[in-house]
Amino acid sequence: MHPIRKQRLQLVILLVVAASAIVGLMAYMLGQNANYFYTPSQIAAGEAPLAVHIRAGGMVVEGSVQRSPDSLDVLFDVSDGMATLTIHYAGILPDLFDEGEAAVAAGKLDENSILRATEVLAKHDEKYTPPEVADAMNKAYELKQQEQAQ
Amino acid sequence: MASGRNWNWFHRMGSPRWFYETTGRWLPWLWVLTLGLMLTGLVWGLAFAPQDAKQGNSFRIIYLHVPASFLALAGYYLMAIAGAIGLIWKMKLSYMVMKSAAPIGAALTFIALFTGAVWGKPTWGTYWVWDARITSMLILLFLYLGVLALQYAFHSQETGNKASAILALVGTVNIPIIYKSVDWWYTLHQPATIKFTSAPSMHPDMFQPLLVMIVAMYSFYALALILHTRVEILRRERKASWVRELALQAEPGGVAQ
Repeated sequence: MHPIRKQRLQLVILLVVAASAIVGLMAYMLGQNANYFYTPSQIAAGEAPLAVHIRAGGMVVEGSVQRSPDSLDVLFDVSDGMATLTIHYAGILPDLFDEGEAAVAAGKLDENSILRATEVLAKHDEKYTPPEVADAMNKAYELKQQEQAQ
Repeated sequence: MASGRNWNWFHRMGSPRWFYETTGRWLPWLWVLTLGLMLTGLVWGLAFAPQDAKQGNSFRIIYLHVPASFLALAGYYLMAIAGAIGLIWKMKLSYMVMKSAAPIGAALTFIALFTGAVWGKPTWGTYWVWDARITSMLILLFLYLGVLALQYAFHSQETGNKASAILALVGTVNIPIIYKSVDWWYTLHQPATIKFTSAPSMHPDMFQPLLVMIVAMYSFYALALILHTRVEILRRERKASWVRELALQAEPGGVAQ
């Protein structure tokens, strides 16, 4: 390669490396602050500020959803496997909101560590399955559970 | 200049006229390929693939969303590499490819963001959130628009080319950030369904049409880029004799002048 072109190539590489290093350091510095939500264990560890608008996310615990019979109030727990957080919300939940699915709620933590949510979003996973296959998989799972119980 | 001989093929390929004439022969085939793949993938994905157990039919927007996002990212690398070749070898054609890639990439990024918003409303419950994935994708749109804007920001085409190429190269750092954002941070956007390291977390009946759509989008990208670049060649080389001859042939009665 021509020496001038080689020099220009080196400059181009230097430019990309320098830009990557700068942005990489910025992303590293942002770190946890770039998270969209806190996990229940982060909140249990006191990492989330009280009485400030935050978001919390996790898996909606099976059997934890309690709906009020005469209003839109709903109470449910989200878990990340290590800690759980109780969320209160008064409003219409998204269609995909369900027990055993992930959800992200935005609101303020009260003194009892309950998140008073003003918005609840459903977070779906990256798996896609046809309904028949999902049914068959659920049945197989239930059978296995029954076998193990016996 | 002894080593220059080895690079002759490279410089011949960089000739706008060579590119214009060669791609002119490819175009009909590329049209057939693109339309065929696109039609197959869309009909297969939208009408024949099974619906999703949880999301129902709304998941089908994946057949546009994922291919558009793929090419929005891959196209950025193509644009940046074209810019680098332009900077290093001062190749005119390379800058023309870079400039042509910018509006196509911006359009694909917009499609990815728009279909994502349309998909987000029925599944997440919102059109838009400022999570790491969506925000970094919005930055990609601004980078594409920036590269395009710099082309028109200077009196001299040469300065515009250099400025665009430098912005394109600096912006490449955003691509791995977009790709890894769903793993590095907690985001509302779910992690990748299609991974390089493991099987896709999608039923084969749903994945096959998606694969067809991804290939179709690559083909569409090639077609759009070639068409844009050809126009750019004619515009920038309008004073070259071969372009003048081409124009005279195209214009009725032009030969008589």
